Amino acid sequence: MNWLADNWQQVLDYGLAHVLLSIPPIVLGFVISLPLGWLANRYRLSRGVLLTAGGILYAVPSLPLFVLLPSLLGTKILSPINVEVALTLYALALMLRTTADALGSVSGDVKLSATAIGYGVWRRFAGVELPLAGPVLLAGLRVVSVSTVSLVTVGSVIGVNSLGFFFLDGYQRSFYTEVWVGIIGTVLIALVFDGLLVAAGRLLLPWTRASGERARRVSTRSRAVLR
Amino acid sequence: MNSYSGALAWLLSAANWSGPDGIPSRLGQHLGYSGLTLIIAIVIAIPVGLYVGHTGRGRSFVVPLTGALRALPTLGIVILLALWLGIGLTPPLIALVILAIPPLLAGAYAGLESVDPETVDAARSIGFTSWDVLWRVEMPLALPLIVGGIRSACLQVVATWTVAAYLPLGGLGRFLYDGLPIRDYAEMLGGSILVIVLALVLDGVFALAQRAATPRGVIAGRISDIRTTTQSPDRKDRPWLAPEA
Repeated sequence: MNWLADNWQQVLDYGLAHVLLSIPPIVLGFVISLPLGWLANRYRLSRGVLLTAGGILYAVPSLPLFVLLPSLLGTKILSPINVEVALTLYALALMLRTTADALGSVSGDVKLSATAIGYGVWRRFAGVELPLAGPVLLAGLRVVSVSTVSLVTVGSVIGVNSLGFFFLDGYQRSFYTEVWVGIIGTVLIALVFDGLLVAAGRLLLPWTRASGERARRVSTRSRAVLR
Repeated sequence: MNSYSGALAWLLSAANWSGPDGIPSRLGQHLGYSGLTLIIAIVIAIPVGLYVGHTGRGRSFVVPLTGALRALPTLGIVILLALWLGIGLTPPLIALVILAIPPLLAGAYAGLESVDPETVDAARSIGFTSWDVLWRVEMPLALPLIVGGIRSACLQVVATWTVAAYLPLGGLGRFLYDGLPIRDYAEMLGGSILVIVLALVLDGVFALAQRAATPRGVIAGRISDIRTTTQSPDRKDRPWLAPEA
């Protein structure tokens, strides 16, 4: 506990870095998954190609991808961009299948009704399909958020520091407290992100409060199927 | 392309294909550790997942637990156990078994839950015991999702053993950690390529196993549903079940 009091500033700095490294991949992965998820439902061919590519991408282990990206992007090996791009790709790979499933589960009758009363393709997507897919999208986003916050720590190995720094430093100095601080800090950030997502869901999808149990059941199933 | 020719030269160099820190021995360590982890995790997680999925008991406990375990940073858990239990294979092995349990558990109980309750009712009504229902009805129908859980766990274990090579135990991750301080990018990239190829090959093998595990009756009906639908249709929507008007 003394260590925490003495090094409070450093813990805060790395905690803040951790938060800042986590946000772009979650947001970008979600945003990019929307058009791609739509495309995956549009044509049989694009569905196969996109979902297979997502599955293969997700199978690539994180640390080797951090090392591989500099040669593809022309970045320096210690640059945080490698970690950000890799985590965005994972978020996208995870989110793509959920988004495709969520948009695909919108009833065809509802879509036809929207078209019948004069909704164009874009307005129907934004005003009808997206809100109806909302609960499943939120469930997927929560999984992406938790796994991104946890994966950020691996970046410390190649010098992109976050709370993961305390794992490596704690190991070098055989100092438990430091490792515990890193683990608890990471879990806290994941919990806060999850809470914010749930709150955003309540605000944006007020009709789901009554049927929350259903969305949860769907989420546990799609998690098992997520690959 | 310079970095690739460097990595290729490293991969093809005869010196890297022999000795205790050569590619074959590192690959053997990686596969051995990963296989051992996976077997222990399967022995623990699959029976629990089948019990939860079959009886529905403990669901409220297991589902949040699998979610919470997902939030744990793998590197932190590996290092914590290594500091706590000392050097050797056991500490990281325990850490990796713990981390491999959530996907296995989720695959097993979600697999059983995905079985249509009417099919289970039908089996019971023709006299199947609870045990028969599990082994001869639920298990075969759930097998693709159970194998899917093993597939996820396997990929996670292979990836985490790469990170866990931070501890001096070997495995393919060693090439990444050995190259980093001396800025030997060829070795790091070569090692990374080896891990990525290994992961993709294993993923492909499990994809085939998943296909082979799908019962033929299910393929005939709805092969695309197994991985794409996340919801089963509402039971009350079936017109032949509705009471006569």
